[in-house]
Amino acid sequence: MGYIPHTEVERQQMLAAIGVTTIEDLFEAVPASHRFPRLKLPKPMSEMEVAAEMLALSESNEHGQDFAIFRGAGAYHHFIPSAVNHLLLRGEFYTAYTPYQPEISQGTLQAVFEYQSMMCALTGMDAANASHYDGATSLAEAVTVALQVTRKRSKIILSPTVHPQYREVVRTYHQGRNIEIVGDEKPQELAALLNLIDDKTAMIAVQYPNFFGQIEDLRTIAEKAHAAGALLVVVANPLALGMLKSPGELGADIVVGDGQPLGVPMGFGGPYVGFFATKQEFVRRIAGRIVGETVDKDGRRAYVMTLRPREQDIKREKASSNICTNQGLMALAVCIYLSLMGKNGLRKVAELNYHKAHYAANSIDKISGYQVNRDKPFFNEFVVKCPRPIAEINEALIEDGIVGGYDLGKDYPHLANHMLLCVTEMNGKDEIDALVKMLEGLK
Amino acid sequence: MLNGIEKTETKALEPLIYDLGSPGRIGVNLPDCDVPESDLPRDLMRDDLKLPEVGELQVVRHFLKLSQLNYAIDKGFYPLGSCTMKYNPKLNEDMARLPGFAALHPLTDGEGTQGALALMHELQRWLGEISGFEAVSLAPAAGAQGEFAGILMIRNYHLDRGDTQRTKIIVPNSAHGTNPATVTMAGFEVIEVPSDNRGDVDLEALRKVCNDRGSEIAGMMITVPSTLGLFEEHILDVIEMVHRVGGLMYMDGANMNALMGIVKPGELGFDVMHYNLHKTFSTPHGGGGPGSGPVGVNAKLKPFLPGPIVEIIEPAQAEDETPLYGLVMPEKTIGRLKAFHGNFGMHVRAYAYIRIYGDTGIRDVSRHAVLNANYIRARLVDTYTIPYPRYCGHEFVLEGRFADAPDVHALDISKRLMDYGIHPPTNYFPLIVPEALLIEPTETETKETLDEFIEAMKRIAHEAKTQPELLHDAPHSAPVKRLDEVKAARDLVLCCAPALPNAAGD
Repeated sequence: MGYIPHTEVERQQMLAAIGVTTIEDLFEAVPASHRFPRLKLPKPMSEMEVAAEMLALSESNEHGQDFAIFRGAGAYHHFIPSAVNHLLLRGEFYTAYTPYQPEISQGTLQAVFEYQSMMCALTGMDAANASHYDGATSLAEAVTVALQVTRKRSKIILSPTVHPQYREVVRTYHQGRNIEIVGDEKPQELAALLNLIDDKTAMIAVQYPNFFGQIEDLRTIAEKAHAAGALLVVVANPLALGMLKSPGELGADIVVGDGQPLGVPMGFGGPYVGFFATKQEFVRRIAGRIVGETVDKDGRRAYVMTLRPREQDIKREKASSNICTNQGLMALAVCIYLSLMGKNGLRKVAELNYHKAHYAANSIDKISGYQVNRDKPFFNEFVVKCPRPIAEINEALIEDGIVGGYDLGKDYPHLANHMLLCVTEMNGKDEIDALVKMLEGLK
Repeated sequence: MLNGIEKTETKALEPLIYDLGSPGRIGVNLPDCDVPESDLPRDLMRDDLKLPEVGELQVVRHFLKLSQLNYAIDKGFYPLGSCTMKYNPKLNEDMARLPGFAALHPLTDGEGTQGALALMHELQRWLGEISGFEAVSLAPAAGAQGEFAGILMIRNYHLDRGDTQRTKIIVPNSAHGTNPATVTMAGFEVIEVPSDNRGDVDLEALRKVCNDRGSEIAGMMITVPSTLGLFEEHILDVIEMVHRVGGLMYMDGANMNALMGIVKPGELGFDVMHYNLHKTFSTPHGGGGPGSGPVGVNAKLKPFLPGPIVEIIEPAQAEDETPLYGLVMPEKTIGRLKAFHGNFGMHVRAYAYIRIYGDTGIRDVSRHAVLNANYIRARLVDTYTIPYPRYCGHEFVLEGRFADAPDVHALDISKRLMDYGIHPPTNYFPLIVPEALLIEPTETETKETLDEFIEAMKRIAHEAKTQPELLHDAPHSAPVKRLDEVKAARDLVLCCAPALPNAAGD
């Protein structure tokens, strides 16, 4: 049965109209030797059985409703106002497709236009697209743009403090191209990284705040990059931009990142939403869908997908990316979230993150054996050197209902026994105090 | 504007959210800070942030009004060819929002993710079974990314064998635009092959390419059924021809809704394919994503899958116990396609969908999708030119033009359908059919709905000949008339002025 509404009488009427006796007759072009294979799948289930099975599966996970989460590293546990989900569940939004027919898609189109506007405001850029799959693929697409804009240049510099998985994705995307990706082979300070910039360099990418939660001096990097004719690409945490200076103000040419902190649940890693914003001069180079304002035949203001000739369905093998479907509904979630928060709400949430993270860092720093890295200012994540292997600490914490920090030794061998802790507005003082108390017992 | 009266036609349907606010207003109740505050880094702080300032009810009304300007599956028939706009079950939405899935951090340690990994492992197995493949990776975020993964796997397979001469991928001229774009992204060049007069790949042309340039062929991408909705009659010959010269076969699984339980691509000899969970497996299209585009492969390509994939790390100790699952990077993986492990929320929905249908039901999905398409086709064959006179798969193409109404185009028919309360089919694709309208009803539509559509299409054909202006000026009942797309591309207003970094009025 499933979701198929046909009755036997209707099937027979339809088959008669087609002029065949069975549905199977319609498959004559399929090689008979391979037609109608048996499928080794489980038996059909009722809705209530499926719901019960999946509830049980979901509850065997250690999730944010039962556990205190102090883990970030690219995915963040934040408060999502109820109105976001209620509006996302409007069937008119989530059961529509890409707005190819603008006359009956003004809702999606205007929401994307508003989303693009908000991303411009946050990043300090002139133009944003309708989204990429996630922050990592946004960065990979930024590489493509930088290579096009700077022509003939083939060197890409990635800071080692860009999210390790984002850097992996850049390499996956560009393995078929003859380019050089450098800078992150070993841990190095920013100054050393800047020395790599030369007249072959198309771009340098840094993260803001970086993977360790720290805020680096973008202005110096921008000056250095621009002096050599290279672009500065900044991977930004958009919630941090609620309080920090925008990358645009500090000299970025392209700002990318993941919109997940703005109203999208952690969801075991996806779907998230990659944002991509840049200067007006590069807008014709960027991939993905872009919505622009126009008028209809009666002069009424309306919105439409524009600059379409860049895209794969028109440009085919000459397109710079094959992206078509993006993360439309998640971009809508971001748009609704930012509308609810507004400039004051987002600032307040950002500051709550800052204060709570600093309270936690100050408390942990006082425990003997634990040492917080305070080289640079940080936002809501910070690195702690611990007296034991992180896996051991996290095993102990989980017993007390705490998902501890991320084990940095996995990606940075020189940081064994270092944990990346994340504290957000979701962590109450009692939770933070409990974490500190637990760590005190784990010397 | 004269005497304060705004011309009605310039009035927007709904103001921008930026135009609704008032300074100081906020749409959410936030907690006070419960810890001692630290000094803020003054020199790093921004001065202003140009976001709207609106209340919660205003936000709700604004987006509700916007939603009402949309057409959607939940509103009516959406026969958008190649997109498989089937019903998106409500159960799936509830399942994806269970806290154990929605509030699960992707980097949670292994023991704490066993439910999620078990779900992914089952889905990998089921998708592999449905299409006859040895292994599946759920990592790709969308169909286009699945294609990219597939072509990269083909590339690395050849390179791994030291075969560096293969730089070309064959693509039929009926292919989705993503196919040739994918080939370029992966560093290959396209060799296009034409279609024959039955809509299949021109076998002679393919044979010539294989004979002349066999050692350069890395593989071929082909959609089955084709983008014309036709099942390639010589598919076994096509596969054999490419394999014989050492190329691998990629199947674009966009049209898998016609094939479930009908034929397994892996058994036909395909080496790799992608699935579109947002087409075949009912996950919602979301106004343009998120999608999900897992890839299935045979044993040859298994080591190259994009990671991570879910594997059993420790088998179950007893029959009533569960094994220990883990995330693994395949041995020669092409790498990571996005952060974390794919669009998990879509995996949850697809799992719920397959669980409902089970072994017998999944075949019924494709049977009824094909029945519905052939029914419309049979009922319209006397009214419209249908270029390929044979049974179709889950969709078919007709020509949106009439010899006795030369000024009417496919686009006009599409826009007029909106006045009948129906979403237009796909326009002007595939490119090889003039004035193409690609119609895909899906299995979840009733016979009554199909009959209404057929009736509307017949009436429009009549109008085209008697009142063509009705079509040219359509839509008449949509929220807006046809748009000035040239102006949009020329003026490039991509965000509203208040949001710009140095907007006037600063």
